Amino acid sequence: MADVAARSDALSSEQRRAPSRLRAFLHRKSTIAFLMTLPLIVLIAVLVIYPAFYALHLATLNKRMTQFVGVKNFTFLFTRETFWMVVQQSCIFALTAVFFKAVIGFIVAHLVHNVPNDKQRKWRGMLLIPWVIPPAMSTLAWLWLFDPSHSAFNWLLAHIGIDPVPWIGNANWARFSVILVNVWIGSPFFMIMYLAALKSVPDQLYEAAKIDGATWWQTMRYVTLPMMRNIIAITALFSTIVTFANFDIVRVLTRGDPLDKTHVFATWAFRVGIEGGDIPLGAAVSLFMVPILTVAAIFILRDINRRGNEA
Amino acid sequence: MTTTTTPAAIPASRSRYGSMQHDRVWALRWSYFFLILFVIFFLTPPIYMLITSLKTSNEISSLTNPWWVFNPTLENYIELTTSPQFQTFFINSAMVSVFVVTTTMLIAVPAAFALSRMKFLGSATLATGVFLTYLIPETLLFIPLFKMMAVFNELSGIQLINKWWVNLILYPTLTVPFCTWIMIGYFASIPKELDEAAIIDGATWMQTLTRIFIPVALPGLIAATIFAFTVSWAQFLYPLAFTTSTDQLVLPVGIITTLIKGDIFNWGQIMTGALLGALPPLVIYAFLMDYYIAGLTAGATKG
Repeated sequence: MADVAARSDALSSEQRRAPSRLRAFLHRKSTIAFLMTLPLIVLIAVLVIYPAFYALHLATLNKRMTQFVGVKNFTFLFTRETFWMVVQQSCIFALTAVFFKAVIGFIVAHLVHNVPNDKQRKWRGMLLIPWVIPPAMSTLAWLWLFDPSHSAFNWLLAHIGIDPVPWIGNANWARFSVILVNVWIGSPFFMIMYLAALKSVPDQLYEAAKIDGATWWQTMRYVTLPMMRNIIAITALFSTIVTFANFDIVRVLTRGDPLDKTHVFATWAFRVGIEGGDIPLGAAVSLFMVPILTVAAIFILRDINRRGNEA
Repeated sequence: MTTTTTPAAIPASRSRYGSMQHDRVWALRWSYFFLILFVIFFLTPPIYMLITSLKTSNEISSLTNPWWVFNPTLENYIELTTSPQFQTFFINSAMVSVFVVTTTMLIAVPAAFALSRMKFLGSATLATGVFLTYLIPETLLFIPLFKMMAVFNELSGIQLINKWWVNLILYPTLTVPFCTWIMIGYFASIPKELDEAAIIDGATWMQTLTRIFIPVALPGLIAATIFAFTVSWAQFLYPLAFTTSTDQLVLPVGIITTLIKGDIFNWGQIMTGALLGALPPLVIYAFLMDYYIAGLTAGATKG
């Protein structure tokens, strides 16, 4: 009887120890932290990191994905005239659009900053609207504004005696139009970032500059720009990535037409890979975005760390 | 000496002061003038959407002034909102957005808490990694993801492509990294004393998160939620690539693929659809503008 009781006692204490060890393990800080980050790690590993490398693998297969063909997809692309057109257009598109977004954003931020503080909210609210509307939806409005036969812009131009402009019919005009739409969508973002940067410049600096008799240009050159430098760089680099990888605007506005002249990497990869059914070639096309994205990402990381250290 | 210089100096300084005031008034006027020009540039497309949406097809195809509505009508709105197809798009979009926002926050908030407060092996690297993931655009991932879904179908027999809920798997890749990143920043700005006090009082880590961090970082949480919602509502590439049947489409793709039929453009309805599609983010923006802007600017700062 006692024997049995003792045995059951030992058993229960043994049983008790195992869960308590497990519980202690579960209560350890690093374990909890790991469990909390686990979903994030799984998501990033399975749906971002793995596909990124899988794209590299896919790009080395033949069209039916049955055979390894090495770099043949890439060398094939190099022989295609369209590919070089896409490279050129992507670079023109991204660089021009980012430049104008930065300039317009900078100007508008200063204009809003000039307005008395209590009225800034209202202006800022109106000026950010293009950024809030889903790009695919606002591009539809632009498509309608650019309509070949009913263009509302051409109607206005006709009134001041200017011939109708083939906004999306002519290659160069179409290139201009996709950049215009991108600038329209993106410059409010620059405006908000630059406005935040302007507000972070201490007033004392401006007062000191004024006392020292600095001109407007000198204040800009030696006070405003150095103080905003980091935000200007981060915003422009970040926008370069987003603009370079842009899909919505070109897809809705021109679909790459006329004659593939407005295709960027993303839209051409979609055309080749999804619509054309040549997944390896599409993957190869999209991979050409990687070098520029990497360079931009490295610079962003450097600037953000520098900014973090300043604070 | 002083009596001779002061009278001369005073009018000079006064006129100088007056001219500065004058300059400032003119600077303000010019600012307003150019701001109005920019507002016109920025608001023309949405206003033109509204103008066109109030027109009948006849008025649109006639060559009258496109900037004016002569016979305003709500026909397009009634027709579109009662169309079962459009309702399906709207419901799909709403369901995708709500589910994605929920899963995003469930993944991002605990992860951000762990990464900002519970230093563990590789936590700093992981935080940087999260930010880098945010910089990988969806246009780089959609082709391999498409193929992965096809392979998954072959292996498990579960068809993911052309189902609206495939978006629930895809969208978090866009929302989670950024939300985690900005939540790390918000959590890092909470004073250490606060959670130390909680731990000393015997709170578990989970309690510290739910009772202290979430309430204190609520503005950040709202900003992240708004971001997740606007991104999932506006996403265009993934649903365009992964869904094709009209009953599986989300709103932006639905409007673009079904209302544009060949060369026949029903612009009144397209503009109405575009406006209705833009409405949910716009409404949220109108009511929660400060949070929206806080979320935008938080992305470029580190803690």
